[in-house]
Amino acid sequence: MPKHKLPRKSTHIDMTAMCDVAFLLLTFFMLATKFKPDEPVVVKTPSSISDIIMPENSILLTVDPQGRVFFDYDNKKAKEILIDKVNIEKGLNLTDAEKISFKNGASFGLPFNQMKNYLAIDPIDQKNYTFTGIPMDTLWSPEFNELAYWVQAARSAGQETGTPPRIAIKCDASTVYPRVREVIKTLTKNKIDRFNLVTSLEAIPPGTAAAAERDAPAPPATPAKQ
Amino acid sequence: MAEIDSSGGGKKKGPGVKKGKKLSTKIDLTPMVDLGFLLITFFIFTTTMSKPKTMEIMMPSEEKVDPKDVTKAKDYLTMTVLLSKDHRVYYYVGLADNPLSPPTVEVTYFQNKNGIRDALIAHKKKVYQERTNGMVGHKADDEPVILIKPDANSQYEDMVNILDEMQINGLTTYALIDITDVDKGFITDTEAANPTP
Repeated sequence: MPKHKLPRKSTHIDMTAMCDVAFLLLTFFMLATKFKPDEPVVVKTPSSISDIIMPENSILLTVDPQGRVFFDYDNKKAKEILIDKVNIEKGLNLTDAEKISFKNGASFGLPFNQMKNYLAIDPIDQKNYTFTGIPMDTLWSPEFNELAYWVQAARSAGQETGTPPRIAIKCDASTVYPRVREVIKTLTKNKIDRFNLVTSLEAIPPGTAAAAERDAPAPPATPAKQ
Repeated sequence: MAEIDSSGGGKKKGPGVKKGKKLSTKIDLTPMVDLGFLLITFFIFTTTMSKPKTMEIMMPSEEKVDPKDVTKAKDYLTMTVLLSKDHRVYYYVGLADNPLSPPTVEVTYFQNKNGIRDALIAHKKKVYQERTNGMVGHKADDEPVILIKPDANSQYEDMVNILDEMQINGLTTYALIDITDVDKGFITDTEAANPTP
């Protein structure tokens, strides 16, 4: 009987297709990623069990341990409208280059009269600028309170682009409460009652109502009761 | 997985025939795929992880409302939580609107055992028990009301912690409001009564 020889098959697979897929996905993720914007101050947020993701296109008010308030708006289109508006209303005399610098810039915390100086310098050096924080006045209306003005102007700019922003406060854990209260008061006095507080995530403590709710099977879809 | 180039070890073409070694044109793509997926993982993580988490908060409206539209918090439902220095928490049940019978103010911390959480759970349990027992004046849909009043010495962390406790313990009715002089008095009195070493 002739010996049957099984044909020896090569064990290796053609990797080309897999490689293609890998790099296609890689390209997609690289293009889709938005890197964390530069922050002028280091803020250590307190932790909570909330896992609501920060909304898109939001206004971010950062409060550092010394109580300085910084403003950032995650919407370039609205920022363009915003700076035009601020430029006219507050008479800042900004050049086009300075406006672009504002549009692409990160968080800042300055009174209006220093804005031009700040925007005039090179974007790389901007984060080394000594920020004094956006001033807040105990008269809460936007005419006097610069933070209120920024927030209100940014909101109306956001409206124009069709995406009204939500407001998030990112505050350091050790900031004293009176300062936090001033920021919150600035918002509530201008009829902004709902906002988000940026927190880092912590585990739900076992044996509590929140843990029971998490472990419970999802309730049947019923309209939320009012 | 690494590919072994076996083409060199093939049959000899013939005696004395010297031929250039035939090199495979195939490149081993395995490391490249590895690298690709490693970077993908990196990008996936940075995109989802860099999104900060937030908690939503609703503040009481500042708009003036007609006094007759205001529903006053009921005495037996209300628990007031005062936040003070060194992460201390003072709390009492009731509205403390009668100066003749001041409430018993307790002091505690944000700790897992015997902290403010246990006090909140106990209060919620009491309110629920009273409403199922159908005590006079209690409604079937009574919910505990927590008034949070941070004082000038407290930190933002305390505020977030107490709001987080609301969520942890499933308390839906709470408000972050300004501290009153009466409450400030409670803090100083309690501090005087329990001097810390």
